[in-house]
Amino acid sequence: MRDTTTVGDELTTDTQTAGAPSASKHAKPAKKEREASLWSDAMGDLRRNPVFIIGAVLVLFLLVLAAVPGLFTSGSPFDATACKLQDSLKTPSSSHWFGYDIQGCDVYTRTVWAARNSVIVGITTTTLVLLVGSGLGLIAGWVGGFVDSVLSRFTEIFFAIPVLLGGMLIMSGLQGNAWTVSVVLATLGWPQIFRIMRSSVLQNKNNDYVMAARALGAGTWRITVRHILPNAVAPVIVVGAISLGVYISAEAALSYLGIGVQPPGISWGLMVSDASVRWLQAPHVLLFPAAALSVTVLAFIMVGDAVRDALDPKLR
Amino acid sequence: MAELTKNVTEREPILQVRNLVKHFPLTQGILFKKQVGAVKAVDGISFDLYRGETLGIVGESGCGKSTVAKLLMSLETATSGEVFYKGQDITKLSGRAMKAVRRNIQMVFQDPYTSLNPRMTVGDIIGEPFEIHPEVAPKGGRRRKVQDLLDVVGLNPEYINRYPHQFSGGQRQRIGIARGLALNPEIIICDEPVSALDVSVQAQVINLMEKLQDEFNLSYLFIAHDLSIVRHISDRVGVMYLGKMAEIGTDGQIYEHPTHPYTQALLSAVPVPDPAAREGRERIILTGDVPSPANPPSGCRFRTRCWKAQDKCSTEEPLLAIPERFRGQDVLAAHESACHFAEEKAILAV
Amino acid sequence: MTIIDKTSNVPAPRSAPEGTPLLEVRDLHVEFHTRDGVAKAVNGVSYSVNAGETLAVLGESGSGKSVTAQAIMGILDMPPGKIPHGEILFQGTDLLKLPAEEFRKVRGQKIAMIFQDALSSLNPVHTVGAQLGEMFRVHRGMSKKDATAKAIELMDRVKIPAAKARVGDYPHQFSGGMRQRIMIAMAMALEPDLIIADEPTTALDVTVQAQVMDLLAELQREMNMGLILITHDLGVVADVADKIAVMYGGRIVENAPVHEIYKRPAHPYTRGLLDSIPRLDQKGQELYAIKGLPPNLLNIPSGCAFNPRCPKAQDICRTDVPVLHPVTERDGADLPGRTSACHFWKEQIHG
Repeated sequence: MRDTTTVGDELTTDTQTAGAPSASKHAKPAKKEREASLWSDAMGDLRRNPVFIIGAVLVLFLLVLAAVPGLFTSGSPFDATACKLQDSLKTPSSSHWFGYDIQGCDVYTRTVWAARNSVIVGITTTTLVLLVGSGLGLIAGWVGGFVDSVLSRFTEIFFAIPVLLGGMLIMSGLQGNAWTVSVVLATLGWPQIFRIMRSSVLQNKNNDYVMAARALGAGTWRITVRHILPNAVAPVIVVGAISLGVYISAEAALSYLGIGVQPPGISWGLMVSDASVRWLQAPHVLLFPAAALSVTVLAFIMVGDAVRDALDPKLR
Repeated sequence: MAELTKNVTEREPILQVRNLVKHFPLTQGILFKKQVGAVKAVDGISFDLYRGETLGIVGESGCGKSTVAKLLMSLETATSGEVFYKGQDITKLSGRAMKAVRRNIQMVFQDPYTSLNPRMTVGDIIGEPFEIHPEVAPKGGRRRKVQDLLDVVGLNPEYINRYPHQFSGGQRQRIGIARGLALNPEIIICDEPVSALDVSVQAQVINLMEKLQDEFNLSYLFIAHDLSIVRHISDRVGVMYLGKMAEIGTDGQIYEHPTHPYTQALLSAVPVPDPAAREGRERIILTGDVPSPANPPSGCRFRTRCWKAQDKCSTEEPLLAIPERFRGQDVLAAHESACHFAEEKAILAV
Repeated sequence: MTIIDKTSNVPAPRSAPEGTPLLEVRDLHVEFHTRDGVAKAVNGVSYSVNAGETLAVLGESGSGKSVTAQAIMGILDMPPGKIPHGEILFQGTDLLKLPAEEFRKVRGQKIAMIFQDALSSLNPVHTVGAQLGEMFRVHRGMSKKDATAKAIELMDRVKIPAAKARVGDYPHQFSGGMRQRIMIAMAMALEPDLIIADEPTTALDVTVQAQVMDLLAELQREMNMGLILITHDLGVVADVADKIAVMYGGRIVENAPVHEIYKRPAHPYTRGLLDSIPRLDQKGQELYAIKGLPPNLLNIPSGCAFNPRCPKAQDICRTDVPVLHPVTERDGADLPGRTSACHFWKEQIHG
């Protein structure tokens, strides 16, 4: 064998100096040691991105609006006595900023309260879609083979149904409220997440570090949770964040068509629908809920876009 | 050289590979897949690995050398054949028994950029073996052990909370080596461990690996395509071509007395970094490419690119054995070579 | 089939023709503006190539060897890349000052580039025939039929067997070596004056490497082109280059004719690279290793960029950037074409 006794000692010193130059290089930012992960980098990016800040402030405001509408208005849209027909279509005034609708109800109160349904639909649908889509996508990508084939074909069936058409079909037999609308939108929306998660898992599962974990004897659960998910989840989060706004507008569209949230429930889509009959006479009744809807969708899409920019590895 | 051979034969084999075969099925179909053929990545490989030695495996891309590594690590299931670790066939082991064996056979990967999970800190990466095999290190002492390992591979133990992307390629490969060492294995399978590194850093990592081998009495299976590095680190060398072992012997036998035409061509094609040394040197330039492993030539697999090929080569597969003409002789050419017409040819060694 | 040949002696460096060189890079600087600061990838590189001459640019990753080539080809991503200073004279005209449209013409017809990864450089959705033919259709206005005929001719020329039958195949249907030949055919299509080959054989197997390098050298000889060969492999360089420029940390640290550099390097970095190649007589010993890591381009060491890794470093190396000194014999006799950016080049070469 090799003559090795003399070799070892000298080598230790040599290999140690190997790390030295970068030791001095990295010495400066030592205090934020653990922060250099992709997530913390992304957070740093987001904090500096004005698009994200504006979007996030709007979203936060909207969440507060949805949680405690009483903070912003003393009225309640469910108080039947509050609406007086003689106020029908009155224009905005200092006491009633958004004016009155056809029924003589205060548009401001209704617009504020309608935020809750939009937020419920947005968050519930996104949560359901993420859970179902990424769950099944993970299984399909990780298990592969026959299971993947079956799940993928099954997904394609759902993928082929246009959201609005499918929504109309299913909702026509259901009680329309925020929760049923969420379930319907989620039923039709999960295939998108499924596909992203599946391909993301497929990409990651052949990576050497997954091999390395298997070589160490790691089980399926550990590999999934420690290695696959953290690396596969970024694109899913990005799409989820962007589609939250899309679901809110889909709810409005369904409600506008009369197959989403049903009265006495309130929704911006419903309000727009009611106002559209007379919009030439009383444009303000249409304008305010429509504006609220647009700003909300825009806010979520801004946040989603900023998150994508921060997480997209191609831009870094 | 003779001493080297003797030394090896006295040792016990720690790993014995016998007729190892891996065929990847080629399938067609959307829901129900049917097999339409197979890529014969590894097609009947046998060799021994002795305790404390380095066995180099060389060959071009697609020769199946990386698949051999994966089979030995049980990252792929062998189509047939056996791998004996201390006499026990590990290809047939159940999950639990396999997990115990894994502690003793570890791997260092080629690409230091993809073999470390970018979302984990160095401490988590090197500490993961202990989480999977908690019996190796008690929970309280793991951080200490990880820091010791960093120190052993020549990295600053304070780097424990850093992420892989904060390191250069060479440093990452050291992290990969530390992970491979964590469980105190007896065998480390190195799949092209330095080919992704810069020239000036390669030597550092090779030196580190040699130092660790002596320190921990490791056996290396060193898979690479760089013939000069393999020669430097290996005690014995096997040459693979298209899923088969073409020739195997001590480094002196393979590099100075190759008898297989493929080995001869391979050695002569290596660019020598010295224009003076290569003047007048004979070069064998093979024409054409390596045939597809899905449809290898009949008989000897090298015959389509071989200048010695005759009818016999297409009908009769040469076995890996000491060629008849050298049998019983005490010459360096007397080593296993899978060629009907094995003979020596003077080649300037790298 | 196999060819067994005796390697011909390495030809003596061709004498440079009179007048302007084919390509001359003068004091080129390239920076990249990143989130973490300014990465100085190239810091004052000058080199020249004549027609029929092969210049090998040798360096590790991050040495600036590829960035320089990208600047010559005009394929730098700008931004984040920026060329704050320097000239790239091609047949006497500064390419950096040309209008974009004219630069594009020069680039398409007179300078061609061969990349390391042929698979990703070829378009996977077009046949190789169509891709080769396109060069003639776009630049020479040929008909589709003529272009295909030309494509077959080119494939024959780079020795792709059964060219006629394979002209309609897609890139993925070829092996790595054959794809690299197709890349070479594309580069040669318009008979350029200069070819830049960036690690052309790194992704190939040893036995195929030799074929491809031979082909490249042969075509270069036939067409009397200038060739810039960018590589990290000292072995490949020895086979084909006339002269070598060694790069480190964005600078050229040594220039020399190919024979000379192996015999007696005049820079400690070149010496270190040569020494770290495993040699037969070192079997069982520790390999020589250059200590430390290649420099971080965001934070290049002051003075000589190699000083933290250099066994000969003195105080002056940490403060003064060494210029490229002309290297001479011990008695002061000229060594044509040799320069070294080391304060202690004399000690290095003459011991």
